[in-house]
Amino acid sequence: MAKYLLLKHYRGAPEPVNNVPMDQWTPDEISAHMQFMADFAGRLEKSGEFVDGQALAPEGTFVRYDGEGRPPVTDGPFAETKDLIAGWFIIDVDTYERAVELAGELSAAPGKGGEPLHEWLELRPLLSLPSNTGE
Amino acid sequence: MNEALIRGLTPGVLGVLVRRGADFAAAEDAVQEALIEAVRVWPERTPADPKGWLVTVAWRKFLDAARSETARRRREEADEPPPGPVPQTDDTLQLYFLCAHPSLSPSSAVALTLRAVGGLTTRQIARAYLVPEATMAQRISRAKRTVSDVRLDQPGDVATVLRVLYLVFNEGYSGDVDLAAEAIRLTRQLAAVIDHPEVTGLLALMLLHHARRASRTAPDGSLVPLAAQDRGRWDTSAIAEGVGILQAALARDRLGEFQAQAAIAALHADARTAAETDWVQIVEWYDELLRFTDSAVVRLNRAVAVGEADGARAGLAALAALDESLPRYAAVSAYLHERDGDPAKAAELYVEAARKASDLAERDYLTRQAARLRTEYPR
Repeated sequence: MAKYLLLKHYRGAPEPVNNVPMDQWTPDEISAHMQFMADFAGRLEKSGEFVDGQALAPEGTFVRYDGEGRPPVTDGPFAETKDLIAGWFIIDVDTYERAVELAGELSAAPGKGGEPLHEWLELRPLLSLPSNTGE
Repeated sequence: MNEALIRGLTPGVLGVLVRRGADFAAAEDAVQEALIEAVRVWPERTPADPKGWLVTVAWRKFLDAARSETARRRREEADEPPPGPVPQTDDTLQLYFLCAHPSLSPSSAVALTLRAVGGLTTRQIARAYLVPEATMAQRISRAKRTVSDVRLDQPGDVATVLRVLYLVFNEGYSGDVDLAAEAIRLTRQLAAVIDHPEVTGLLALMLLHHARRASRTAPDGSLVPLAAQDRGRWDTSAIAEGVGILQAALARDRLGEFQAQAAIAALHADARTAAETDWVQIVEWYDELLRFTDSAVVRLNRAVAVGEADGARAGLAALAALDESLPRYAAVSAYLHERDGDPAKAAELYVEAARKASDLAERDYLTRQAARLRTEYPR
């Protein structure tokens, strides 16, 4: 088994085919999209491949250490940030091919007009712990 | 006997152990083990005296643990455990005070209350708050260490206990335990051991909110706002109980924050349709509430009520006095602008509000509102 991160971007990924922002869909199209996402997570749970799924708020803060006895420096949010993560699924699957298959399914989530988004999702393997027989 | 009833015996049993001289942390562990055994064994054979059974088993667990601990210490340092504090007043009440002690952070107080007073297992609490079980176990044991020097006979502040119970009611997520129901059970149990109108005020508030729960979400999990809820699905017996409790509390003439909030909830519950809501009285109650808590969130909610009572313009005027960075400011502004006949501005504000939303259902709701306006009023 191997774990993969399925990363969804607000910005930073190549543009999806069906590229209309959600606030310009109809309420029913939004509902259909939400239902698709919930069903996808439900299917992963049933198949025993679900690990985690989270959504992120679009605005964040950058923070760094500023020296002994000083409060951390904060900066942002940066409206111009190129890469903006919207959320993720973590899946635990047998093969890379299965991970690609699932990412493909998720990318078909319906958008404007009920048509698939064809959204680009980033698939990244989680580095695993050393195995007990790996020496 | 169901699990909630078993758990209802928790504070009493823990109180007995502490009174017998067990220190709080060890006694609490022993009671947990006894509860787990009760959940396992009682469905087969319920004892005639459930509390007595739990005391016996918990005390045995405590002695076993103390014995192995003493043996360990003897091997290591030959040190005797200090005698535990002996409570003089009601055990249950003192446990509430201890678990909500001001030295604890809110999340620690919540976790400790659910375990030591509520009798939930660490796993159940972890699931309810969506954190790993090991994390919750650490939080609870640190909390126990923090309060280990607090004497159980010191009087506590009931306001801190109420804040913790309200947090439990508000912020429980999922898992196999209904935390809102658990918060109601714990507040009811508290109301039985202390005579205080704010305790019953909080109980009324919880009952009135809980009564609307089934109608608050659609089958697909999306939010249904108050005005659009199917009032036929409200739990009328919970509303009747909440209103009764609130009236008794108000009659004491010692108004407080929770009673004022409950009064607002009661006015909503009282309206057969959204249009029949007595917004003028609701605004008055918000003014009362502001005497106890000068909170920006209350002022924001008040602006919504003003918008309903005196028109969207008046609501926007009330809103103008508030800080735009407040959570939900954009959502309230969007709502009032739509009512004021400006759907384009409202849609823009709903998009902004969705971007700032702190929970998923709320974000989806606000996005849908923007989409609805843009579909109804295409540019």
